[in-house]
Amino acid sequence: MPEGYVPFFIFVAAAVGFVLTMLLVAKILRPSSPFATKLEAYECGIRAATTARGRYAVRYYIIAILFVIFDVETVFLFPWAVRYKVLGWFGVVEVAVFLAILIVGYIWAYKKGALEWV
Amino acid sequence: MPASLFPPYEDLLRILPEIVLTIAGTLVMVLEPALRPERKRLLGGIAIAGLLVALWGTAVANLFRGPAFHQMVVVDGFATFFRALVIVVGILAVLCSIHYLQRERPDSGEYYALVLFSVVGQSVMAAANELIMIFIGLEISSIATYVLAGYLRDDRRNNESAIKYFLLGSFATAFLLYGIAWIYGAAGTTNLVEIRRVLSTPELAPPRFLVGVSAALMFVGFAFKVSAAPFQVWAPDVYQGAPAPVTAFMSAGPKAAAFAIFLRVYMTAFEPISNRWEPVVWLSALATMFVGNFAALLQNNIKRLLAYSSIAHAGYVMVAVSAHSEIGTAAAMFYLAAYAFMNVGAFAVVTHFARQGEKYVDVDDLAGLGHRQPVTAALFSIFLLSLIGIPLTGGFFGKFYIFKAALEAKLYWLTVIGLLNSAVAAYYYLRILVVMYFHEPGEAAQTVSPVAPGVKIALWASAAGTLLLGIFPSVILDFADRSAALMK
Repeated sequence: MPEGYVPFFIFVAAAVGFVLTMLLVAKILRPSSPFATKLEAYECGIRAATTARGRYAVRYYIIAILFVIFDVETVFLFPWAVRYKVLGWFGVVEVAVFLAILIVGYIWAYKKGALEWV
Repeated sequence: MPASLFPPYEDLLRILPEIVLTIAGTLVMVLEPALRPERKRLLGGIAIAGLLVALWGTAVANLFRGPAFHQMVVVDGFATFFRALVIVVGILAVLCSIHYLQRERPDSGEYYALVLFSVVGQSVMAAANELIMIFIGLEISSIATYVLAGYLRDDRRNNESAIKYFLLGSFATAFLLYGIAWIYGAAGTTNLVEIRRVLSTPELAPPRFLVGVSAALMFVGFAFKVSAAPFQVWAPDVYQGAPAPVTAFMSAGPKAAAFAIFLRVYMTAFEPISNRWEPVVWLSALATMFVGNFAALLQNNIKRLLAYSSIAHAGYVMVAVSAHSEIGTAAAMFYLAAYAFMNVGAFAVVTHFARQGEKYVDVDDLAGLGHRQPVTAALFSIFLLSLIGIPLTGGFFGKFYIFKAALEAKLYWLTVIGLLNSAVAAYYYLRILVVMYFHEPGEAAQTVSPVAPGVKIALWASAAGTLLLGIFPSVILDFADRSAALMK
């Protein structure tokens, strides 16, 4: 066992021990009186209509995927914009190739009707 | 300084096949929604054209041998061989698919784009010289193949196949990735040549235990992808459920590419610890041959039978891997080429014969095909005889070179067991021949329609490939021999 790890294990033991102790102390000290309304999930004060494990439209999934297209786009565009002068034409070409591929994906999704609600 | 960020043009030429295939795949995706349903078959033409240009691109890239992009990829004979192989498999698969798609679901052409993207991944795997590239290539190839396996969304069997393949495949890839993480931690690099250097330098070498764990974890990932025992359980279910042309594709292309990275990683990076992985591969080869051949004896569904046969053939290639020599690598390369032709050919016959909704996929359904369609039956016989390993077919020389390599590596027991296994295998292949020629034509054979043009080309091309490798094996073998010495 490398000696360098000893503080790490002490840290882990302390962290776990602290959490367990706090939970235990709270359990002993607090009064316990459960009733139905109190155990209900708090949704902005509105009573929960259905269970959260129901089925929902697959459309949300498509929207999420489309969001990823734009999200990833930003992830790459932002560093490029920051280092634009250093990267020069190389950066322009790379980003153009990258955007072309993404835009093709977007056009495809649009043509397939992924953006039409209902 | 900024100008030097551009890669030299040779680097771009070295990945020409991948560039061509990506453009072709993207083109198919854009055109797909623009075309009217009756013109969708045009997309199959674009896919084939793209694959042919990529084949040319492979030849161009081969003129510029050497590492590219900071040694991320390397173009050598080995890479060229496997690139050409996966592209040819792609062409054959698309030829089989055109009619199949019109029959089953005429309204979507993304299928061809997915085939192209999968071939891109396999091509990257063939040329990758770095563990991260290997992982990326494997993922590109696998994700496209998962979708292809479930392409007919309304078909229950397709769904089962895709979900099983996806869940188990992702799990196996995670093992591979974990193995990569371990070796990166131990050796401090993901470049295969660098890893080899670190492992074989006594002052730098990390504890062998760490390297062993990494090699074992990566073995799990690779063995899964090539369907070697004990990680072969997924193959029969997935092959049976997937559309027949997709099965043809994924039993040849991804498997060949997976063997390519398997060989490259174990022959270069893990070469210094070969005494540790050789027994593992030896055992796996043994188990794979037994499981594949003996389970195939009991199958009635022809796709399932060919799936087990495909496992058995992976076992023969594993024998070549455990020989751990250049001649073994060359034998594995030759065998994979021969196997690709005969297996895609056999699945092309299944594609043709299965009819709407894959109704006729039992061995007994083939009864009397020899009388109804003598040409199709004769071509199928060539593939089956090659799968058995009868002389004058590619399968014979494939087995011959593998067992020769095994004998030279003094793997006597494995050779004996492999030969006995081939004898067992003859039984289930011959059973198909007997049913086809000596049984009275049943309902399936009587209603069989003429072979569609695309499937016909695929059948003849596969048969030509099988016979070419069986009559003039030196054409391919010389190239394989010269390419087997991997970059050290």
